[in-house]
Amino acid sequence: MNPVDISNVTVAYDRKPVLQEVTFNVPEGKLIGIVGPNGAGKSTLIKAILGLVPTASGTVRIYGKPYKAQRKLVGYVPQRGSVDWDFPTNALDVVLMGRYGHIGWFKRPGKKDTKIAMQALDKVGMKEYADRQISQLSGGQQQRVFLARALAQDATVYFMDEPFVGVDAATEKAIIALLNELKAQGKTVLVVHHDLQTVKEYFDWTLLLNKRQVALGPTEEVFTIDNLQKTYGGRLAFLDQQVNQPFVQQ
Amino acid sequence: MWNEILLTLQDANTQWVLFGSILLGIASGVLGSFALLRKQSLIGDAMAHAALPGICIAFLLYGTKSIGWFLIGAALSGLLATYFIQSIIHHSRIKEDTAIGLVLSVFFGFGIVLLTKIAQSENGNQSGLDDFIFGQAASLVGNDVKVISSVAIVLLIITYLLFKELKLFTFDRQFAKGIGLPTGLLNALLMTLIVSAVVIGLQAVGVILMAAMLITPAISARYWTDRLDRMVIIAGGIGALSGTLGTILSSMANSLPTGPVIVIAATLMFLFSLVFAPKRGLVSKGVKLYKLRKEVARETVLQTLYDLTESTTTSGGEIEFTPQAIAERRPMSDRKLQANLLSLEKEGLVVNSGDKWKLTSNGAVESYEITLNNRLFETYLMYEMKFAHLQLAANDSWNYKELSAETLNELKGYMAVHDRTPKLDPELFATFGNHDEQKREVN
Repeated sequence: MNPVDISNVTVAYDRKPVLQEVTFNVPEGKLIGIVGPNGAGKSTLIKAILGLVPTASGTVRIYGKPYKAQRKLVGYVPQRGSVDWDFPTNALDVVLMGRYGHIGWFKRPGKKDTKIAMQALDKVGMKEYADRQISQLSGGQQQRVFLARALAQDATVYFMDEPFVGVDAATEKAIIALLNELKAQGKTVLVVHHDLQTVKEYFDWTLLLNKRQVALGPTEEVFTIDNLQKTYGGRLAFLDQQVNQPFVQQ
Repeated sequence: MWNEILLTLQDANTQWVLFGSILLGIASGVLGSFALLRKQSLIGDAMAHAALPGICIAFLLYGTKSIGWFLIGAALSGLLATYFIQSIIHHSRIKEDTAIGLVLSVFFGFGIVLLTKIAQSENGNQSGLDDFIFGQAASLVGNDVKVISSVAIVLLIITYLLFKELKLFTFDRQFAKGIGLPTGLLNALLMTLIVSAVVIGLQAVGVILMAAMLITPAISARYWTDRLDRMVIIAGGIGALSGTLGTILSSMANSLPTGPVIVIAATLMFLFSLVFAPKRGLVSKGVKLYKLRKEVARETVLQTLYDLTESTTTSGGEIEFTPQAIAERRPMSDRKLQANLLSLEKEGLVVNSGDKWKLTSNGAVESYEITLNNRLFETYLMYEMKFAHLQLAANDSWNYKELSAETLNELKGYMAVHDRTPKLDPELFATFGNHDEQKREVN
């Protein structure tokens, strides 16, 4: 059964369609990049899958069942800018939030949850920062805290919304190594990604998106000039200078 | 004065009222923390003002004073106002602050009209509705206190039980929704909790000042801690203390309304927090600034000595310098320079012979580090675009030891291009400098 199976998903804000009849499914154990121009609906796609924005039509299945029934299988890394980092809480506390779905109502996180959260922080190299107030962390560190929170969710399918924004090169490599580790454990990771130059290096599969789905498949098959032209349209002139390099090798 | 207070406290009714005010203070401090963190401080104010017509209508319909109906009326018109505010924002281009201002004044104005009407009617005099403007804790009777306290306790229990959920919801609504928390319901619940906290405080604190009761303890508490659970407890404590002070003072002076006294008490605690809180308080920040200035002056003197030494070794001149030479390189008042040189001497970083000063071997190491750090920072500023990933904010401190080896090498490369690499190796300096030998130049 496919970890993510989407058919005919349409999302509209105020009658303007943001996503149109997106239909795809992805195989298990892949690292999948979601690529497309600004406003192409990349984040909206993830939010639609997770039920954060209402869909106008279509169905979403996670391992064959609606998302609501499969919540514990899904981990989520929202965009870093979506929260107020001056909130009175520390890194460990934020990571513990990843356990809330497992803990259930009214109960407080226990020793086991704290252990899992600490392990997650350790994995992203942030163990020493557990007690830090989150506003005292750098952008890259905040991103890693969010990543650790998703790890603490102990999920099978992960959705990450631009996890590399404002992250230095070294951290980006560390995050990619971590994602590959997840992949090796048979988990599926979908990542909204901006930097076309690293797509080939990072992702097994690529989903090209511009309101509708342009292409999906193994990166070497779908990440072609032709498809990129379809995705980015008139913006390709800019694209040529930036991305031509990888294609020459084909 | 103390006798008077003790006497006041012996009164059974005052004890009741005090008990109510304390619970009220805790509840509004706790829920105010959430309102503050959700950036809804103004909504609380709108709800409080908007409650007035609801109270008046409840009186007109029921015909006599009844705390139960008043609370219901206040809550309904408060929620109605919130609904209007939300729809104005949603259906027009009017922003939240303007929408709040509009709705608040309309509701409050309507409330005042009704209040005047009631005051002119037959039983208007005993209505006690005037107390709702500025608050009169002393006007609370046993039954009022019972209702207010029960509501406050229920609010606190709900907040305690759902603390984890409310925290996640307030911090990261999207993630909360993603893991399946009913965010719509939580939003409504939190809104209701905040409205309830406002409504039960109206009679004691008054519609005009109730928002301060919600926000002031919360913002004061934020100064003392970086953890939500502690913030909520501290805010509750400050709320309780303000409630106590306000009630005691206003029961001692007959005509003094409670609301302003409570708010003044809370504001004093806020001012205290603003000034004296560790880390965030003004005193602590001032001390930090003083230390920083001291350190900058010390580093300036050390770096100047290093610069001067560095430029002399190539020409083979003197390695001792007069204070005038130092001040010429980087201007500083004589007194400040002298004080810094003396304290550096105590640290064993410089020695003086007659009128001239020079670095010791330890001083060389220290000043080399400072110079390297500063020059790397200058280089970073020149190539800031290339190092954007470091994500340095304007006020972040710079310490090259925190950089990754890769970044450091890159920076050192650029530093060499501009011929800014510190040329005096402190180790050679340490070996030779002590014996007054001519220092060797690196490179």
